[in-house]
Amino acid sequence: MRSITRIRLLAAGIGAACALAAGPAASQANEQFFPVLSYRTGPYGPNGAPYANGYVDYLKLVNARDAGIGGVKVTFEECEFGYDTARGVECYERLKGRGPTGATLFQPLSTGVTFALTDKVALDKIPLITSGYGRSDSVDGTVFKWNFPLGGTYWDAADIILQHLAKKEGGWDRLKGKKIALVYHDSPFGKEPIVLLQERAKMHGFDLSVLPVTHPGVEQKATWLQIRQNRPDYVMLWGWGVMNPTALKEAQATGYPRDRIYGSWWSGSEPDVREIGDTSRGYNALIFQAGAGQGRVHQDILKFVHDKGQGTGKREEVGEVLYNRGMVHAMMAIEAVKRAQTRFGKKPLTGEQVRWGLENFALSDAQIKTLGFEGYMAPISTTCVDHAGSRRARIHSWDGKKWAVSSDWYEADQQIIKPMITQSAKRFADEKKLMVRDCAKEASS
Amino acid sequence: MFYRENGQIKTSYRADQAILPMRQDRWFLGVLLAFAFLVVPFVATEYQLRALMIPFLIYALAALGLNLLVGYCGQISLGTGAFMAVGAYAAYNFSIRLPELNFAIVLILSGGCAAAVGILFGIPSLRIKGLYLAVATLAAQFFFDWVFARVRWMTNNSASGSVSPAPVEFFGVTVDSAPEKYLFVLTAVVLLALAAKNLVRSHVGRSWMAMRDMDVAAEVIGIRPVHAKLTAFAVSSFVVGIAGALWGFMHLGSWEPAAFNLNMSLRLLFMIIIGGMGSILGCFFGAAFMWFLPILLNQVPTTLGLQMSTATIAHLELMIVGALIVFFLVVEPHGLARLWSIAKDKLRLWPFPH
Repeated sequence: MRSITRIRLLAAGIGAACALAAGPAASQANEQFFPVLSYRTGPYGPNGAPYANGYVDYLKLVNARDAGIGGVKVTFEECEFGYDTARGVECYERLKGRGPTGATLFQPLSTGVTFALTDKVALDKIPLITSGYGRSDSVDGTVFKWNFPLGGTYWDAADIILQHLAKKEGGWDRLKGKKIALVYHDSPFGKEPIVLLQERAKMHGFDLSVLPVTHPGVEQKATWLQIRQNRPDYVMLWGWGVMNPTALKEAQATGYPRDRIYGSWWSGSEPDVREIGDTSRGYNALIFQAGAGQGRVHQDILKFVHDKGQGTGKREEVGEVLYNRGMVHAMMAIEAVKRAQTRFGKKPLTGEQVRWGLENFALSDAQIKTLGFEGYMAPISTTCVDHAGSRRARIHSWDGKKWAVSSDWYEADQQIIKPMITQSAKRFADEKKLMVRDCAKEASS
Repeated sequence: MFYRENGQIKTSYRADQAILPMRQDRWFLGVLLAFAFLVVPFVATEYQLRALMIPFLIYALAALGLNLLVGYCGQISLGTGAFMAVGAYAAYNFSIRLPELNFAIVLILSGGCAAAVGILFGIPSLRIKGLYLAVATLAAQFFFDWVFARVRWMTNNSASGSVSPAPVEFFGVTVDSAPEKYLFVLTAVVLLALAAKNLVRSHVGRSWMAMRDMDVAAEVIGIRPVHAKLTAFAVSSFVVGIAGALWGFMHLGSWEPAAFNLNMSLRLLFMIIIGGMGSILGCFFGAAFMWFLPILLNQVPTTLGLQMSTATIAHLELMIVGALIVFFLVVEPHGLARLWSIAKDKLRLWPFPH
C-alpha cells in the first residue's frame, strides 16, 4: 500500500513536470524582454550578486523614469545558474523565447557560458554582449557576427596594466629585466591575457612567469610560495570570486607588498577586499568603465527604484564597483535597443534588429552626460569590423576603506592587439568553417 | 489485471532469453520508443529539446557507462569526467585534423581513445579495491584536467584552452537544429543502451558481476580478474567517451576543460546511486532525477507566481534535492530502478494482492 501511494506521488510529480516544462505562452505586448543570467549562489556568488543587482535596478529605472525604451516597456526575468555552464545553457534556452520578440540580447557574465553560447546565438540570431570578458578575438565582427565585447577585452586589460607599470617605472625600456608574475584563475578566463603578456614580454624584455590557481581558488599556498622565492617586481592578479581575497590574504602572509599587485577588472571590487580591509591597502586593480561611487544616475536609481521599495539589493550597495558595472552593462544594452529603434521604429525589436543597434552603437560624451554617467564611462562607438568600440580603462586603488581612482585613462595599443585579433579570429573561422563577412560590401548594399 | 504473463507460453530458448519476456513490457517499450522517435521531435519545444532532453539523454548515456563499471563490475570510479573529456577532445581532434571523416566514425574512434585510457587507468584495479581504487581513478580526473588545460596540441593551440568545433555534418546533413540533434543523440543512446543490456546478459557481463560479488570466488570458478576488470574499464570508458563527445558536440558546441571537471564525475556517480546500481534502466531514472528535478524546482515558484529572489530559489532547490536524495536512499537503498520493479511486481497482483 505504501509503495502505491509513493508511485502515485511520483506520477503526480511527473504530471506537474510536464505541465511546467510546457512553459507560459508568449504574450503579444508592447514589451522588450531582457533575460538576466545571474549567479547569487556558489563560490562566485558574492561577486555575481551585486552585479546582478545593478543590472536589474537599471532595467527597473528605465521603466520607472523613462516609461520604457521609447515607450516600449522593459521586462526581464532572472535565471540563477550558479556559474555552472550546463545550467547557464539551460537558462539561455529557457529565456531565449520569452517576450513578444524573444530575448533582446544575452550578457552571461561567465566565460564558460560565453563559449557555450557563441555557437547558439548565431543560430538563434540573438546578440551576445561580453563587456570585459569572453574571447578577446571576438572583437572582429567579420568573424564573430553576434559577439560584442563592448568596451574592451582581456588583451586590452593586460596591455593597459603593462602601460601603467611602464609609466610608473619611467618608460617601456625600464621594464627590461624586470620580473612580472601573473597569478591567474586556471580557466579560459584566466588564460586569455597570457598571449598578450608573452608578446609584450618579447618586445620589452621583461621576465614573465605565469602561475595558475585551480578553481575556485581557495588553495594558493604553493603559488605564493613561488612568489616568495622569485620576488617578482609586480604581480598581476587575474581572479574572480573567492580567489581574489584569498590571493590578497596569501600576499599578506608571504609579506608581498600589496601596492605591487595589480588586479584585472574582475579582481578589484568591494567583496574582494572588504573582509581583509586595512591590510590590503595599496592594492590596485583595473576599472572597467565605472569605478566606485555615486553619480547622477545613482540618485535617479535611489529616487525611482529604491525609495519606492523596488530596489533589488541593499541600498548601501548602490555605487559599489560591481553594482556600477552591472548598471553600465544594462545601460549599454538599453542604449543598443534605443539605437536600433532609430532604424526599426519604436516597437518591440528582435535580436537581429538589436544586433544592428550594437554594430552601429555610438555613445558620445554628450550622451553619457545626458544619461547621468559622466565620469563613469568612455565613449564607445562600434563598427562592422570593430565590435568592442572602446579599449580604454583606468586603475583604482584600495585605501583600506574604499576604492579611489588612481590613474588617468589609458588606451590599449591597437598596433599590437589588432594583428593578434585578426590572426586568432581567422583561425577560429577556419576551424569552424565560417563564412567571413565582407564589411565593405555590406556597407554599400 | 492487465499486467500479467498468464497465457504467454515460451516455446523456445530464444523466447525464454528475451530481454523483455512479457508482452506488455515489449509493447510499453515499443510505444515509448515510437513516442521518443516519432512524436517528441515534432511536438516538443526547442527549450524542451535543447535544455532538457538532449542533456538528459547524454547524462543517461554517461551514467550507463559508469554503471557498467561501478554497478556491474564493482569498481568504483571517480574519473568519469576525465573519460568524458578524453572522448570529447579526441572527437574534436579527429574532426579538426581529419575533416572528411564521418561523424559516426569520429564518435567510435573517440570512444576507442577513451577505452584505451580507461584500460590504462584500470590497471591499478588489479591490485587495489574499493575506496583505494576510487582515489586512483581520481588521479585520472586531475591528470586529464591538467592535460587538456596545458598540452596545447590537444586544443589545436587555442590560447585559452577552449575549443569550438565546426557543426557536425552527418551524411551531408548539418546536424544543428534541435530535433536533428535530439534524434542523433537518441539514436546513439538507444543503440548503446541495447548493446549494454545485451552485454551484461552475456558471459562478459556475468564475469563482471561475479567479480563484483566476490572476486576470490570468481577466480576459483575460472574467471580471469585481469580480463574481467579491464574489459569493464574498456567498455565503460568507451560508452562514457562517446557521451563526452556528444556532450561537447551536441550539447555545448564549444567548451573548456572545466566542463568535464570533478563535479561532472560526482554528479554521474550520484545519478547511478540514486537511479540504481547495476541497472540499465536506473541510469535513465538517475539522470532524470538529477537533471530534471532541480530545473523543475527552480521554475515552480515563478510558475506559481510567488515573489522570491532567485538566490532563495536556488538555495531551496539545493536543499530540496539534497533532502530527496537522502529520502530516496533511506526508503530504497537500491535506487529508483528497484522502486520501479517493486511497482511492477505489485501491478502483477493488482487488484487482488494476496
